[in-house]
Amino acid sequence: MIEIGLGHYLSLGAIIFFLGVIGIFLNRKNVIVILMSIELILLAVNINLISFSIFSGDIVGQIFTMLILTVAAAEAAIGLAIIVVYYRNRGSIRVEDIHGMKG
Amino acid sequence: MIVHSIFFYFFSIIAIFSSLMVITSRSTINSVFFLILDFISVGCLFIMVGAEFLGMILLIVYVGAVAVLFLFVVMMLNVAEQKQSWFIGKKSTHIPTGLIVSVLILLELLVVVGGWKYKEDVMSSSSLFLSDTSNTHQLGLVMYTDYILYFQLAGIVLLLAMIGAILLTFRERKGVKKQSYINQISRNPSNAIELMEVESNQGVKIDD
Repeated sequence: MIEIGLGHYLSLGAIIFFLGVIGIFLNRKNVIVILMSIELILLAVNINLISFSIFSGDIVGQIFTMLILTVAAAEAAIGLAIIVVYYRNRGSIRVEDIHGMKG
Repeated sequence: MIVHSIFFYFFSIIAIFSSLMVITSRSTINSVFFLILDFISVGCLFIMVGAEFLGMILLIVYVGAVAVLFLFVVMMLNVAEQKQSWFIGKKSTHIPTGLIVSVLILLELLVVVGGWKYKEDVMSSSSLFLSDTSNTHQLGLVMYTDYILYFQLAGIVLLLAMIGAILLTFRERKGVKKQSYINQISRNPSNAIELMEVESNQGVKIDD
């Protein structure tokens, strides 16, 4: 309990991942919140990679964390651009209104 | 040691609470602010565990760029009044399905974490800070030599994201005077200068 080990960080990553998945499933109003949930999931993956990298003394995990940071920033930019274009065309970004693909 | 655990619990409780508030708060702008708080607390955790460079990068990139991007889009799209709530709507079958899937994922992850048998050479957190070179130094030694290809690929990903975002949101407007480099360069004195006979008290009509 007092000694903070690898399991504590992995549990924190698991909980944040779980909250991100819940946010994707349960949110039906706003696409921006879905993008934020994806950011939470990527953050949980980063926590896992960094804790393994630190606790096993291998620096390579932090390299991959940088790659994930890059991909997350690119994904946020592209996703927000798509949302802006969609809002400009349809006037709404509610999840319930986006059913063009009948999905 | 006790300080380490106190700070770990402090920041991780803030991180979990704020990520809970990201997905449950009623207005989108509050979600963005809680996302910022989440990134800050996880960045502090990274700095605390010894990955200082990535903690700082998390603060700079996420809090400084991505969260501001989210804020810009929320302000631009005027969705701040769109209250989000889970239980409004005709068909609400997604809520039990989503809860079941999410709880299953959490349980699987916790089973993996709880049943983890540590190897003997996995360090405890008391022996973490023994390296004589700094974290940034180690990262640079590895990233610019062994992983240079991935570094370049990350740059290409960022370039493509920039081009894609500009192309997606680009919109041609009517009635805007633009600079035309071709016309500028192809001007020469024969078609740019015109000599006119000016009559007295008549004036010259130019640019018709």
